[in-house]
Amino acid sequence: MLQTLREWLAVPLVLAAAGAAIVVYSVNNPTDRLVASYLTYGKVMDSLSEHLWLMLVSMIGATVVGVLVGIMLSRPGLFYIGKGVEAIVNVGQTVPSLAVLALFLSVLGLGFRTAVFALFLYSILPILRNTFAGIVNVDSSIIESARGMGMSPFRILTRIELPIAYPIIASGIRTAVVINVGAATLATFIGGGGIGDLIVTGLSLQREMIILNGAVLAAITAIILDYLVARFESYLVRWS
Amino acid sequence: MIKLENVTKKFPGMKVPAVKDLSMDIKKGDICVLVGPSGCGKTTTMKMINRIHEPTSGKIYIDGQDALKMDPIKLRLDIGYVIQEIGLFPHYTIEQNVATVPREKKWSREKTKQRVDDFLKLVGLDPEIYANRYPSALSGGQRQRVGVARAMVSDPPIMLMDEPFGAVDPITRARLQNEFLRIQERISKTIVFVTHDIDEAIKMGDTIAVMRNGELIQHDTPSDLLSAPADEFVSSLVGRNRSIKRLHLIRIREILDDVDRAKPAAIDLPLQEIEKRIEESSIRSVMVVDRDNKLKGVIGIGDLKKKAGEVASDYMNDLPDSVTSDATLNDALSVMLECGEGYVAVVNEEDQYQGTITLGDLLNVVKEEG
Ligand SMILES: Nc1ncnc2c1ncn2[C@@H]1O[C@H](COP(=O)(O)OP(=O)(O)OP(=O)(O)O)[C@@H](O)[C@H]1O
Ligand SMILES: [Mg+2]
Repeated sequence: MLQTLREWLAVPLVLAAAGAAIVVYSVNNPTDRLVASYLTYGKVMDSLSEHLWLMLVSMIGATVVGVLVGIMLSRPGLFYIGKGVEAIVNVGQTVPSLAVLALFLSVLGLGFRTAVFALFLYSILPILRNTFAGIVNVDSSIIESARGMGMSPFRILTRIELPIAYPIIASGIRTAVVINVGAATLATFIGGGGIGDLIVTGLSLQREMIILNGAVLAAITAIILDYLVARFESYLVRWS
Repeated sequence: MIKLENVTKKFPGMKVPAVKDLSMDIKKGDICVLVGPSGCGKTTTMKMINRIHEPTSGKIYIDGQDALKMDPIKLRLDIGYVIQEIGLFPHYTIEQNVATVPREKKWSREKTKQRVDDFLKLVGLDPEIYANRYPSALSGGQRQRVGVARAMVSDPPIMLMDEPFGAVDPITRARLQNEFLRIQERISKTIVFVTHDIDEAIKMGDTIAVMRNGELIQHDTPSDLLSAPADEFVSSLVGRNRSIKRLHLIRIREILDDVDRAKPAAIDLPLQEIEKRIEESSIRSVMVVDRDNKLKGVIGIGDLKKKAGEVASDYMNDLPDSVTSDATLNDALSVMLECGEGYVAVVNEEDQYQGTITLGDLLNVVKEEG
C-alpha cells in the first residue's frame, strides 16, 4: 500500500517542489518593485486555487454528464442518434478553445461560472465520444453470451460493457484533462481567473518573471494531472 | 421437453426466411443434433429456443410451457448456452467466467468455487493452472472448453451448444466428445447440439435433424438416417461410406464381450507361459498387465527371439496407444491406422486392461450391420 502510494506520488511531488521553489525564489528576489507588488504568495495561491477549481468542477461535470449521455446513446434504440452525435462531436472538437470561450462570453457574460461552463462543454466531447464508441465496439458475441446466460440489460451494462469499455472511456477522460488544462489558462480572458491571470498580467506589464511563474505553474499542473490520470487509466486493467 | 411448432424466422430486410415452418420434438435426456450446410439456419433455430431471436411466427414449448410467454431472463438462467464464437468475457478470469450463472443465481461463494473447480477439471483444465488466467492467455481449444464448462456449471436441464468442439484438433475433439458423452450418460440433459460435421452428428446424436435452406428435411435416429435417408440431399450429406459411418454409432464396450478376449500376461509370467499365450492368440501378441490389471505393454512373437530373459517384463515393449471402452469403433480404427497395427488394446478410465479389438472384429461388425 505504502509502496503504491509512493509510486503514485513521487513524480507529482518532485514537480510540485520544483514549482514551489521557483515561486519562493521569485517572491523573495523580485526583479523590481512592480514585480514585488504583484507577485505575492497570496496572489499566486489565489490564481492556483482558482485554476484548480475551474478544472475540478468542469472535469467532474464533464465526466459525469459525458459518461451518462454516452451510455444513453449506446442503447440500441438511440444508436443512430449516437452515430450522429459522434460526428458532431468530432467537428466540435476542431473549434479552437479560445473561440468557444468567446462564444460563451457573449451569451453568459464575464466570470468564473462562464469559464467553468465553457470548459465543461469543451471537455465533455472526448468523454462522450469515447464512452459511446467504447460500448458499441464491445464484441457482439460477448454481449450475446451474456444475454444467453440470463444477465439483465442493466447487469450487462455494469458488469460487461462498462468494464470492457473502461480503457477507452479512461483515455477519453485523459484527453479531456489535457484539453482542459490547456484551455483553463485562457479563462482569464473572460474574467474566469486562474493561472492565466499571471501570464496575461506579466505580458501587459512586460515583466518576464511574472510570465515565467505563470507558465511554469500551468505546465506543472498539466503534467501532474496527465500523469495521475494516465496512472489511473492503467490501474484497473489487468486483463488485456 | 422442447417442442417447436411451425416456427418461422424472417430477419428484417431479408427476402427469404432464415428458418421456415419448422416443427420438431426433442425428448427429455436426448441429444438432438442440428446438422446442415453453412447458412441453413441451425444457429437461428437454436437461438429461438432461448429467445435470443424471437420467432416471426410459430410456437415453442419447453416442458409443456409456452417459452414465448416466459420471462426471458428466467428462461435463460435454466438453459446452458455455448455460442459458436465462444464469447468469453475478456475482463474476467477463467474462474469468474465459469462462475457467471452461479453469480446471477446468487449462489454462495463456497458452493460456486467448488462447482467451478469441478467443472474445470471435468473439461480437462487444471484449476490450479487456469483458474486465475484471463481468456487471452488460453488457446482456442481451451477457450472452447471453458465455454462448455461455463454453460454446464449451474446444472441446467437444457443445453444449447453451437459447434462447441469446432476449434480443436481431431484427436482432442474425439476425446472431448467421448468425455462429454460419458458425462451426459450420468447427467442426462436435454441438449440441442449444432454442427456441420456429419460424423460428429452421428456420434453425438440420439436424433439428428438435417436442415437445408431453413427447412427441416429429416429428423431421425442416426441409424435410421443412415439406412433410410429421406432424399438425395440427405444421402449425399451422409456420404457413400455409410457402413463405415456405422462405426461411429457403436461403442467398444458393446462388442467387447463378443470378441476374443485373450488373457493378458502378468508382468512376472515365465517365458514358457508367454509362448503358450502368444500361440493361442489371434494377433500373435500378448498384452502385459501389472498386479492391479493396469496395462503395461505388449509382447509380440518376434520379441521372444530378439530379447532374452525369464519373465514377461524382460520381453515387453511399450504400447503405442490404447482406447477406452466408451470410445467408438471408429476411434479404435483411427488408432489402429495411426499405429500401423491390426489391433488396439482397450482399457477403462483407470487404465486397466479390458480386452483387445482387432481389425477383423471391426470387419465383422461392418458386415453384420451393412
Ligand atoms: N441477425 C441476423 N440478421 C439477418 N440475417 C441473419 C442474422 N443471423 C443470421 N442471418 C441469416 O440467416 C441465415 C441462417 O443463418 P444461421 O446463422 O442460422 O446459419 P447456420 O446454419 O448456423 O450456419 P453456420 O454453419 O455457418 O453457422 C443466413 O442466411 C444468415 O445470413
Ligand atoms: Mg451457426
